[in-house]
Amino acid sequence: MDTEICWHGRGGQGVVTANEILAEAAIYAGKYVKAFPEFGPERMGAPIRAFARISHKPIRVHTQVYEPDIVVVIDPSLVGRVDVAKGVKEGGNILVNYPGTSEELKKAIGTSIECHAIDATKISMEELGRPMVNTAMLGALLKVNPIITFEELKENMVSKFEGKLSEEMIAKNITALERAYKEVR
Amino acid sequence: MTPAKHNDIAINGDGAVALAWKQINPDVCAAYPITPQTIIVEKFAEYVANGEVDSEYVCVESEHSALTLCTTSCSAGARTFTATASQGLAYMWEMLPITSSMRVPLIMAVANRAVSGPININNDHSDAMAARDTGWLSLFSENVQEAYDLSIIAPRIAEHHEVQLPCLVNLDGFILTHAIERMSPLEDDVVKRFVGEFKPLYPLLDVDNPVSHNLMDGPLYYFPHKYQTVLAMDKALEVAKQVLAEFKSISGREYKVVEEYRCDDAEIVAVVLGSAFGTMKEAVDRLRDEGVKAGVMMPRLFRPWPIADIAKALKGKKQVMVMDRHMVPGAYGAMYAEVAATLVEEGGDIPMMHNYIYGLGGADTMVSDFMAAYKDVIEGRAKRVNYLGVDE
Repeated sequence: MDTEICWHGRGGQGVVTANEILAEAAIYAGKYVKAFPEFGPERMGAPIRAFARISHKPIRVHTQVYEPDIVVVIDPSLVGRVDVAKGVKEGGNILVNYPGTSEELKKAIGTSIECHAIDATKISMEELGRPMVNTAMLGALLKVNPIITFEELKENMVSKFEGKLSEEMIAKNITALERAYKEVR
Repeated sequence: MTPAKHNDIAINGDGAVALAWKQINPDVCAAYPITPQTIIVEKFAEYVANGEVDSEYVCVESEHSALTLCTTSCSAGARTFTATASQGLAYMWEMLPITSSMRVPLIMAVANRAVSGPININNDHSDAMAARDTGWLSLFSENVQEAYDLSIIAPRIAEHHEVQLPCLVNLDGFILTHAIERMSPLEDDVVKRFVGEFKPLYPLLDVDNPVSHNLMDGPLYYFPHKYQTVLAMDKALEVAKQVLAEFKSISGREYKVVEEYRCDDAEIVAVVLGSAFGTMKEAVDRLRDEGVKAGVMMPRLFRPWPIADIAKALKGKKQVMVMDRHMVPGAYGAMYAEVAATLVEEGGDIPMMHNYIYGLGGADTMVSDFMAAYKDVIEGRAKRVNYLGVDE
């Protein structure tokens, strides 16, 4: 079964990195993937998107994702400003870094599509000491749509961050990942 | 790296080209960074800095200097690689026909990007198409795996003593260069054995057999010397087929100079280059589900233009649509003109022909767009030249 994902965030929030971690983890778990950011000049704070197509067979379609199975919004300020529900497949999901309940989120977006709220900003402030929510969002994403196992994602995240972040920081990111996995509504 | 359940890796197109180069370990690399090619030379510079290759890496101040340096270094007898895109290739243009007339088997990756203006950093094939008549061999890749494989295949074709021509390895900017895909790399020693040692013909640094390169040719010699590149191109087609067959034996991956998808019983066939070949396969499958006898083909080898193979693939088709990812204002797309010439030469019943210009400057052409184009042709709505996605 193919899964198509569309990420929304702002430049500098780690959308591209989160998409890459997911893509790499899925490949090492034996899946085929095409993952890429929206192409263009990169500007801190500007709304950006990233896409992933994940399948059990080789991927031929090289276009952007127009009909996602799941939309992940990592910046709550985009709700109401960007049409995050656009094109979502029937039976699809919208996952948002959002402080309210899933029902409130659904109303804020104005959609009948199933919505999931996770206060990833709160988690990342408590665990990492800064609002870097991308790892928490990955944890929540796997709960909403178990594309790969939690362990497969965790392993790849550790290897991705090794040498770039301190061991302490990697451990904190894992905690954020685990908490979001458990706390997503 | 996470312990893998297979030997495949997650890598983007630029990284895949750099990995192929690392395994080949060329003598010299000189390049000037330009988006979306930059990752290739950044990554390769890292391999040099870490001592993972023993290549001489030369930082130059421009693409013109990069190609001048690479041309002379290769003619001196060093296996030499470079990479560029868009304005960089345009800036090299003056050197392109000199490199080929010097019969230098230099390899250049091109991360295909629109040529300005308007200024644009996204994908199309206007850079490669502007270089198409300069005597370089030219190969196109559909995905990251192919960008890697063709980077390994290219030197074998270019360096063949009866070919001795430079080669462009094209991969779509961003769509492949910056996209992570799953790829099966070959073992280092398999690549090294396949590519082999560089055996230059008449290298400048062979001091025991002194030669001069690139001298002035008067009217008496210019044309006959130039004609030799025609013969080399003819030979390159045969050599390419041999090398692709040999590559299959080491990799299990089969490539042809002209790739066909569901063309056998097709009534309408599209001709396309690069990553859109994959997207169009999906369009073909969906059209087939609707009962439309559609097919798609890609000349993997764009130079030399494989006339006989293209004629064979298109023989007896009712309709042919040529998809050009570049624009020729005031005329047809370049590939359309070449497909048309091939069919005229073949004679017999020539298919009804249409030209589609698509995906310029990063415009994303969807599966449904391609399906609509097929249907417009079949149902008689298409014009001779169509600008897909533009409100005409």
